[in-house]
This record gives sequence, C-alpha cells and structure tokens, in this order.
Amino acid sequence: MFTRRNFLQTSAAVAAVGLAAPALAQGTRVKLGYVSPQTGPLSAFSAADKFMVDKFLAAAPGLGLDVEVIVKDSQSNPNRAAEVAKELVSRDEVNLLLVASTPETTNPVCSVGEAEEIPVISTVAPWQPWFIGQQGNPQDPASWQGFDYAYHFFWGLEDAIAVFLGMWNSADTNKAVGALWPNDADGNAWASPVGMPPALAEAGFKLTDPGRYQNLTDDFSAQINAFKQSGADILVGIPIPPDFTTFWTQAKQQGLNPKIVTMAKALLFPESVQALGPLGHNLTSEVWWTPNHPFKSSLTGESSAQLAAGFEAAAKRQWTQPVGFVHAMFEVAADAIKRAEDPTDGDALAKAVAATKLDSIVGRIEFGRDNVPEFARANVSKTPLVGGQWRRKDDGNFDLVIVENAQAPEIPRGGDLELLG
Amino acid sequence: MNWLDTLVQGLLLGGLYALFAAGLSLVFGVMRLVNLAHGDLIVLAAYLILMITTALGINPFLAALFALPVMFALGWVLQTYLLNRVLGEDILPPLLVTFGLSVVIQNVLLQGFTADSRKLAAGAIESQSLPLGPVTVGVMPLMTLVTAVLVIVVLNQVFYRTALGRAFRATSDDMVTVQLMGIQPQRVFAIATGIALVVATIAALFLGTRSNFDPSIGPARLLYAFEAVIIGGLGSLWGTLAGGLIIGVAQALGAAINPEWQILAGHIAFVAVLLVRPRGLFPRAND
Repeated sequence: MFTRRNFLQTSAAVAAVGLAAPALAQGTRVKLGYVSPQTGPLSAFSAADKFMVDKFLAAAPGLGLDVEVIVKDSQSNPNRAAEVAKELVSRDEVNLLLVASTPETTNPVCSVGEAEEIPVISTVAPWQPWFIGQQGNPQDPASWQGFDYAYHFFWGLEDAIAVFLGMWNSADTNKAVGALWPNDADGNAWASPVGMPPALAEAGFKLTDPGRYQNLTDDFSAQINAFKQSGADILVGIPIPPDFTTFWTQAKQQGLNPKIVTMAKALLFPESVQALGPLGHNLTSEVWWTPNHPFKSSLTGESSAQLAAGFEAAAKRQWTQPVGFVHAMFEVAADAIKRAEDPTDGDALAKAVAATKLDSIVGRIEFGRDNVPEFARANVSKTPLVGGQWRRKDDGNFDLVIVENAQAPEIPRGGDLELLG
Repeated sequence: MNWLDTLVQGLLLGGLYALFAAGLSLVFGVMRLVNLAHGDLIVLAAYLILMITTALGINPFLAALFALPVMFALGWVLQTYLLNRVLGEDILPPLLVTFGLSVVIQNVLLQGFTADSRKLAAGAIESQSLPLGPVTVGVMPLMTLVTAVLVIVVLNQVFYRTALGRAFRATSDDMVTVQLMGIQPQRVFAIATGIALVVATIAALFLGTRSNFDPSIGPARLLYAFEAVIIGGLGSLWGTLAGGLIIGVAQALGAAINPEWQILAGHIAFVAVLLVRPRGLFPRAND
C-alpha cells in the first residue's frame, strides 16, 4: 500500500542517495499540530491556548528546539476535529499532534494519529472515555487494545470517586446521596455499573438515582421531589452549567437543603460559579490543577502560581484548570522532541513520548505506572486529583479552596470541608 | 409522586415556553415568517440586559426596561432592511435568511462575549418561594407564568382593539387589498417584528435569571416554542399560551415517571394534539 510513511521513507532514501545523508535529528524543524475547541460550546476549555502556544514558542529556542505550531479549531465538533487532524497530517505534514479538552475532541484526533502513524499527546479527558471510548467494542474488555502512537495524561473516574467519597466521609451526614446524571457520555459513564453506584454501595452510601435526563432541561421538579423524599444530605452529578443553575435555583425555591453538593463539570470554570452568586458558596467539585499546586514548569521553570498569574495578566481573566494541562502538554512535547533520535520520524518520536518521565506543572507524567489498569498502562499517565470547595468572597468573586487531598498528599489543603447553609 | 405539585410545576414551566413562543407566534401570525433566529435573538436580548446591568450597576428588571426600546428598534431595522427584502411568494428565502441570521448572531456573540456561561443576577428573589397549601411555588417561576399571561392578554388587546391591530389582521388576511386601503405592509411588518423582539426581551429576562446562557444556547430553546405555536394553532396567541402550558405539564408528568421521559413526553403530547386536531387547538378561520 502506498502510505504517507512509505512515501516519506522512499523520498528520504532518494534524498540520502542523492545528497549523501543530510544530518537529520537535532536541528531539524519539527512541526506540531494542535487541535482544540476554540469555538462552540466547549470553547471555555481553550481560553489559554494562544497564551500557551506563544509561551512555548518563546521558550523553544532556549531549549535548542526549532519548532512550528499549527493550531486548528475543532469547533466543538468531533467530525470537525477528525477533519482538521487529517488536514494537519496530510497537508501541513506535522510530526506530532497535540490535542486537548473532552473526549469529543481528543478521541477523533487520536484515532487519526494512530491510523496515520503520527504520535499524539492528548489530555483533559478522564482516561476511561478516552481509552475505552476508542475501542472497537467498548463492552468487551478482552478485545481492548493499546495504542502505538496515542498517549494521554489525566485522571480517571476512580480518582474522582475516591475524592468525592473522601470529602463526604469527612463530614457528618445521613449518607443518603442523590444523583443528577444526564443522558450523555459523561452521565452514562458515571451511572454505569462500573461507575459510581457500586463504589457508593461499598462505602455504605444509599443512592437515589431518578434516571438520566436530557441536557438543557428546563425543569428539575421531579428530581427535587425524589431527593426530598429520600432525604438526601449529599447531591452528586455531572450536569452542564446551565442545567445545574436551573436545578439549584429550583431546589432552593422548593425547599431542598442538602448538606453537601459535589458537582463535576458544572463547577469547573469560575465564571459558572460566579453566575450562581450567593448560591455558589461552598459547593464542591473535583480539582485537577490550581495555582497552589506545588509543581514547576519544565519549560520555563515557573511555579503554578507564576504561570496562573502570567495567564491572568495576559488574558485579563481568572485562571482556569485547563491552563496547567495545556501547558503540560507542551512540556511533554518539548521533552519528547529533545529526547527523540529523529523527531521527524513518527516511530522514533512515539518511542520518545512513551518513555516520558517528566515532572511537569501538573505533576509527574510517566507512562506504564501501576496506578493505571494494565490494559491501558502503556498509553495513560495519571495526574493527581484533589477535592475543592468554592468560597464566595465579600467582593462576589470565588476562591477554590482544596479540602480533600488523600489521593495526592503532596498538594496542600487550604481548609476543611464546610457544610452548606 | 405528588400529582398536584407536578401539575403546578408543569404549568409554571409552560409559562416559560409560552413566553419563548409568543414573539414567534406574533411574527408568524402577521407575515407567515418562521423566524429560526428567534432563540438567538432571545439570547442576544439577554446579553443586552447583562451589558446594561453591569454598565449601570442596576437590577436586571430595571435594565430590561432600557433594553426594550433598543430591541424594538433592532426588530424594526431587521425587518425593514433585511427580512422585507426576502418576503414573498416563496417561503424558502426568508427561512434561509433567518437561519443565516441565527449563525451570524451566535458568532458575533461568541466574539463579543466569549463562550463563558453567564447569568442575570436578580438577587435574593431567585431562591424565594411562596408556600401555597401543599405545594411550594418559586417566586420567579410564578412571575414568569403571570408575565406570559399578561403578554398574551396585551398582545390580544393590541390585535383586536387598536388600529394597529386591525392593520396587522388585515395585512395578514390579504396583503394586496390592504394596500388599496393605504396601508404599507412593509411598515406593518416592521412594527410587528419590533413588538416580537420586545416580547423576546421579556423572555430573555426570565431565561437569563432562571438559568445560565451562552452564545450557542438559543436554538435549543426554540424547539418547544415551535411546538407550542403549532399545537396552539398557527396565528392564535391564546393557542400559543395553551400550547406552552400543555408541553410544560406533559414534560413535568413525564419527568415524574422517569426523567428520561421528560422531553419525550412533551413531544408525545405534541404529536397527540396534532393527531386529534391537525391544525392545532385554536386555528384561525381561513389559513
């Protein structure tokens, strides 16, 4: 078959014969293609893109790297993500693909990289939907296969569940949990028999799950009634921000007063929490990265706090959690290009990515560690996850205070969990 | 399951849908224009109210008062310089233009306001409620329903009690003959769209205080509004209110059985009404 790789190898061979083997490897310009959702419903994830690309390009010459970054917009659409990834490979002839933010973006791009034999560094999606979501048959673990070119760093559902349980166990409640899980990829994963229900049962919590609801629902009275009847002290869920606002204001109107509300996704960005006003005080969420994380950038030597401050000054907005991860993605890329025998060769570069052992701004990134199940170990590196609580300040802004760190004791706690109302 | 509570919450939800649908119903009734950008215009109005709220530091209810004339003017300009040019025998061009308008509005808002999820902060009233016997009714949802009824009443008064309303009805009935009577349909249309955007601004106020909005959220809010207009009977304002309430109650009942049934129940109610009365509940005589 005539593939791009054959073509490159052949033409390299021709060039070698004609020009007597030019020095490859170091000193060659390396092209990186970066796909992220810059427009559409997921674009809040990409707020730091331009800042991070500029930072990477500014730091690269100092590290002896000659790189070029081509940025493409997925428009928050999986089909579009695959299309631009193919374009990057065939038209722009990139040597390395980078991709971030939700399985809708990462999975199509990783599939393209795997098919075209171009290494991919991927992040910001829990590893289960990333790894299992790309398998031919997600139902049959025996058929799952690892990847040769796609590498991913983030946390997994088991970490989020452990963090949530840690937070809930630290307070005095009736151990009754109400679940708000939507009918989408995230909601179904959480609600599935390998998700939260068995973990809750094992830890002695009683779960009330009224069922999957559609995103952008305007009325949550049914769920509120169900939670009231079961007397749930704890609410958990993974709604999108508009739905959580609708739910939470309705819950308050209808007199539902839980002690702990722990929501993934909806409480990720400070803007969404600010939109809730006083109702946002003391809500809890999983935390992947904050300016207080005790890590340093391997690219610039900056601390988390300095990186966040730089972003806030440049973008004139509050830091968000993806900031650290987008930066770390470029750290992994720079590190792999430095170590690769020939960064313009897909196989050599993939080998270098696989051998990553890097202390990055989001923690240690190293593939093959035993905190990931064996089937996904070679392609997935887990980063630490902690639990945080949003605290409203007098000026109406919110601080994210880390209240649970049993999974990652190296990240300092900022206080104890406070109960609602 | 508490049936009474489910029914009441469904009616309150129906008020919101009726409010979304009222402007759509008005424009369709007067000029047979299906405005696919209606949802985006509601979101645009919500951002306008947000801008006024932050610039002047006032309550969104007060800010909406400032936004109303602006949106009326926008509707007038939109109709005069864009939609009037494509209205005609063929129903496709105006449909395509409003579709394009929807895309343009979303992207302009994205450029101007980023994709951040925003909300109008109405203060303590957001979480307040009235205990009415066995059910607890939120103040804001109740205001939404009351406002929806008021909007429909006022629009009906305008339609059937004023010279402008006569012009609306006459133009809707026979666009050629009405010109013999000295009425310019284009001007009538411009005023109708202006009023529709005033109603959209009121809808935006209640949408924006109830939930978050971002530039891409408009079309999702439009579907139920369309259904409300259609099962109410095209061109009938009271029908639109009834349609909104029917969908709201159907969704609440469906959700009470299982949240997976919430949206489906609304659609089933829509189909059921159309099966029994294909032209809607209160169709106008000769459409």
